[in-house]
Amino acid sequence: MTIHEIVSLVHGKILCGNVGNEDSVEYCFASDLMSDVLTVCRSDFMLITGLSNVQSIRTAEMSDLKYILLVRGKTPSPEMVELAEESGIVLIISPYSMFKASGILYQAGLKGVY
Amino acid sequence: MNLSFQIQGGDFTSAGTASSQVRRTLKELGVDASVIKRVVVALYEAEVNVVAHAYRGTISAEISPDKVFMKLVDEGPGITDIEKAMTPGFSTASQEVREMGFGAGMGLPNICRNADVFNIHSVPGKGTTVEITIQFK
Repeated sequence: MTIHEIVSLVHGKILCGNVGNEDSVEYCFASDLMSDVLTVCRSDFMLITGLSNVQSIRTAEMSDLKYILLVRGKTPSPEMVELAEESGIVLIISPYSMFKASGILYQAGLKGVY
Repeated sequence: MNLSFQIQGGDFTSAGTASSQVRRTLKELGVDASVIKRVVVALYEAEVNVVAHAYRGTISAEISPDKVFMKLVDEGPGITDIEKAMTPGFSTASQEVREMGFGAGMGLPNICRNADVFNIHSVPGKGTTVEITIQFK
């Protein structure tokens, strides 16, 4: 699924990072617990989280992830956006809850990592 | 190549800075991406542990052609029961740590899973030393 399709489905907005028309992702992992995110071996997934602090960006960086979808209408701090930009991470925000965003994306074809 | 960093207990904004620099260095050295992920996940968990539990600490990373050896030495309350601390899900983390997305009791098991060699030594009331070795191949 392309990133632009994802953004549209969750009524989201891209806050930083360059997204090409062909850029896409196949897998998702939704969690507010960063240690759980760090247990996932693969790196080709989008992180859905409601954790709005620099550690969610750091976790994505360490996990070698390219996309974060920040849910529950959270507004990331300027430090978060700056760190995401530095790390080449695309930060997307959505007003939907984690359950709703995950459900919509799952129904549209995104897969869970396990 | 040797890298070293100082860590301040409770400084959650900076937590991960050292791991980020080690990641950048390993990338520049052309280390395999899956190995880099194991190194930085283990180091990041250990770094967060120092920030979450200790007063202060140091990290040193010795990068050689075939492996990286990382040592974290902290001054802090130490761990009275290491076996218990290694149990997935067991945590003594504060509410503040949990609000940062950590403290779910997965830190030490996560480090252990990613390391080729993992040593932990702690003196209650003094501090904890963690050693992590990861081979590049």
